Amino acid sequence: MKLNINGNDHDIEVEAEMPLLWVLRDEVGLTGTKFGCGIAQCGACTVHVDGQPIRSCSHPVGQIKGKITTIEGLGSPDVMTKVQEAWIEHQTPQCGYCQSGQIMSATALLSANPSPTDEDIDRAMAGNICRCGAYPRIRAAIHAAAKSMKEA
Amino acid sequence: MSTLGKITRRTFMVASVAVVGGVVFGTYKYKQAVPNPLLGSDDAAKPDFASLNPYLKIDQNGVTVITPRAEMGQGIHSTLAMLVAEELDLDWKTIKTEHGPASNSYYVGIMMEAMAGHMYDHSTKANTIRDLTHIPAKFMGMQLTGGSMSTPDGFVKMRSAGASARLSLTLAAAKEWDVKASTLKTDDGHVINPANGEKLAYTALAVKAAAIEAPAEPPLRDPSQWRYLGKSMPRTDIPAKTNGTAEFAIDVKQADMLHATVKMSPRFGADIKSSDTSKAEAMSGVDKIIQLDNNGFAIIANNTWRAFKAADAIEVEWDKASYPEDTAGIFKAYEDSFKTEPNGTFDEKGDVELVFADAGGDLVEAEYRVPHLAHSTMEPMTAVAQVKDGRVDIWTGSQTPTGFRDAIMKLDESLTEDNVHIHTTLLGGGFGRRSETDFAVSAYKIAKQTNGKPVKVTWSREEDMRHDFYRPAAIARFKGVMGAKKPEALDAQIASPSIFLSMSKRSTMPAMGADPLIAEGTTGQPDDIENMRVRTYTPELDIPVGFWRSVGASYNGFVHESFMDELAASKALDPIAMRLEMFGDLAPTGNKVVEKVAEMAKWSGGKGANGVGRGFAYTLSFGAHTAQIIDVSITDRGIKIDKVYCAIDVGTAIDPRNIEAQVQSSIIYGLTSAMTGEITFENGEVVQSNYHDYPAMRIHETPEIEVAILENNPRITGVGEPGTPPSIPALANAIFALTGKRIRELPMNKHVDFI
Repeated sequence: MKLNINGNDHDIEVEAEMPLLWVLRDEVGLTGTKFGCGIAQCGACTVHVDGQPIRSCSHPVGQIKGKITTIEGLGSPDVMTKVQEAWIEHQTPQCGYCQSGQIMSATALLSANPSPTDEDIDRAMAGNICRCGAYPRIRAAIHAAAKSMKEA
Repeated sequence: MSTLGKITRRTFMVASVAVVGGVVFGTYKYKQAVPNPLLGSDDAAKPDFASLNPYLKIDQNGVTVITPRAEMGQGIHSTLAMLVAEELDLDWKTIKTEHGPASNSYYVGIMMEAMAGHMYDHSTKANTIRDLTHIPAKFMGMQLTGGSMSTPDGFVKMRSAGASARLSLTLAAAKEWDVKASTLKTDDGHVINPANGEKLAYTALAVKAAAIEAPAEPPLRDPSQWRYLGKSMPRTDIPAKTNGTAEFAIDVKQADMLHATVKMSPRFGADIKSSDTSKAEAMSGVDKIIQLDNNGFAIIANNTWRAFKAADAIEVEWDKASYPEDTAGIFKAYEDSFKTEPNGTFDEKGDVELVFADAGGDLVEAEYRVPHLAHSTMEPMTAVAQVKDGRVDIWTGSQTPTGFRDAIMKLDESLTEDNVHIHTTLLGGGFGRRSETDFAVSAYKIAKQTNGKPVKVTWSREEDMRHDFYRPAAIARFKGVMGAKKPEALDAQIASPSIFLSMSKRSTMPAMGADPLIAEGTTGQPDDIENMRVRTYTPELDIPVGFWRSVGASYNGFVHESFMDELAASKALDPIAMRLEMFGDLAPTGNKVVEKVAEMAKWSGGKGANGVGRGFAYTLSFGAHTAQIIDVSITDRGIKIDKVYCAIDVGTAIDPRNIEAQVQSSIIYGLTSAMTGEITFENGEVVQSNYHDYPAMRIHETPEIEVAILENNPRITGVGEPGTPPSIPALANAIFALTGKRIRELPMNKHVDFI
């Protein structure tokens, strides 16, 4: 099957029921997207399909229709997106394992809603667990990213 | 580790262990510098490589600080690098940090300080005993990240490494220029000659400097001169954690790597009775299935998901567990343990029985219960292993690299420290779980059967949740009698399994007599109470228990502080006023954190404005006096945690922004456990399996957390854990203030609904 990941076409031969997460990680070698729970409970595996956030651990690859964006496709280490910049500015990550998923969810939120309230953030980010409890800074970074995206 | 076995149980326990250690090993030997493991590392073969001490690697690419503590989110690499950079005059923008190899040279010197007496005691005698415990700690040589010890342990060590290297580099430049070293300066990675403005980079001087012997512990700069310490520096690990390039064990890639998972006995210690792996073996992508000892399987495949699927397809019947098969039976064993001889008696003074005999209706009694807890790190247990040509390589997130190395060496006599290589990656959470070696040891056993090919062993979340080394459950029985302003007598009996005993069954760690961890947090508090006694009881069950963020204090904070609130309430006293009476003159630092948190919250009792209930708690753990006030209110959807105030005294704050993050983190970890955390048993198996039935606090449940950092303590402390213990009772006491309901059993969602 053909997949478009971060703007590149990939020819993949796997079972249609293999979750997208394991195609990305073990077949394509894109390990920025993380495995946390396998049952769409923690959000560590969040990627975008045509800009919409999905839990890649629970989406069979055969059902994916659309362009896939992973954390590696957001910004490069040299040119970060506003969300990534805000994450650094607020020193948000602790262990960092959940942060790819957090940033993918936050990016999707901000593209749909450039001025999210705290309640909007609660709704959009409630599916992403952070065991380190970096939540206060995740919230602060989303507000900061919203502000800097408007100024850009 | 091997030396530890020679220290007998008794000497290990008592404070005089330090003196004994000095005699056994000799002070002269103690003073000798540790060997530099970097000189024997793979890097050392590279041209222009130089290492001035175990903490510094300098080559063409610049200066790398070896930060040999596990980076598991607490920002320790940056904190340790700041200490080196402060004395070495490094440019923060160019600084690099690395875990470095597993080595006994990276031992934790302060490891046994906690056993040397009360942490609030800063008398000369107490400090001398504390310092003496560094001697046996050196000979134990344990490289460990835990116990909130990394910052206090590195505070002098890392600055000395920087200062000593600066001296060698300056001497090398002086020789080069033929000038007096005392006329030279250093700045941003260069030695500078102010007389003519000439500069030489450390990278250019390093090889020559490595040949110059400088004192290992030169004088350190006065805090008034500090450039980095005390400021909030951008953490070195954060950029990679925002763009997917940060490497955790689960991300390690090696050529020809296989993917595997494990399926372990769901009953601890129970063997395989019968099994059929044929269906699983026939599945697509499965390479082979091997038995791990007699109580588990490894499934080796070409993709992790295929390995997971095959694991589910293995048909197996397991033996019965040796311990009671459900939670009620387990707690019954705890109750029965109260009838046995105490495992230990602590903080005994006066005569509690005498006071209780005369107390009549003034006797206050309460029993508290807390469940087992899982760590549930975001990254499930994972390790990559390769066994080839007599060499073992393990890539994993480890809180005890030397322990991992030794555990693997124990399995094959031909293995030595030189051919077992532990490569520590970033840790996707640790919280104590990654101090256990089980997942790396099984990865090693699997890699022995892959013909030299590397294999990545990833656990499913379900395996991870059901094969933890749990925070032990506990039952605590308290009795107390109030005086006019503070308790007159306090008696505590605590039943909980000994973590040290559990560990002794799976490592070289010797079993201890009285395990002080069972009561820590009830003991060791600056309680100026005339009559006191704490006794511990140890039900012995083969359910593995281990170190969970703040260890014994994680439940002792709850039981001690809930009971203090009950005692205050029994005489309608303000709990903060009572606490300040109770401290007396024992802990001026404690008084100040309590006064500070009261000031932050504008405390005027448990009833706040607009129907808010407020709870107070204080715990001294890991050397840090920590006080919290939590505000809760009732909504139509349940109880809402509105706000947490926390005052913590860290002695010296290295990086305030990072300390704030750690304190918030430890409070959220504690509140998560308080509200919903519970591991239960049925049929001898853990019931919970994933985040749906072992939830973690989410963003919409998280209150605002205001943190004040104080610096009155005479010693610097760590901050990874002390925020956890008081968060749980502060919430329970707030709910009492709000509803009149006293919660004596965790998790609290058994008794109240949260929003």
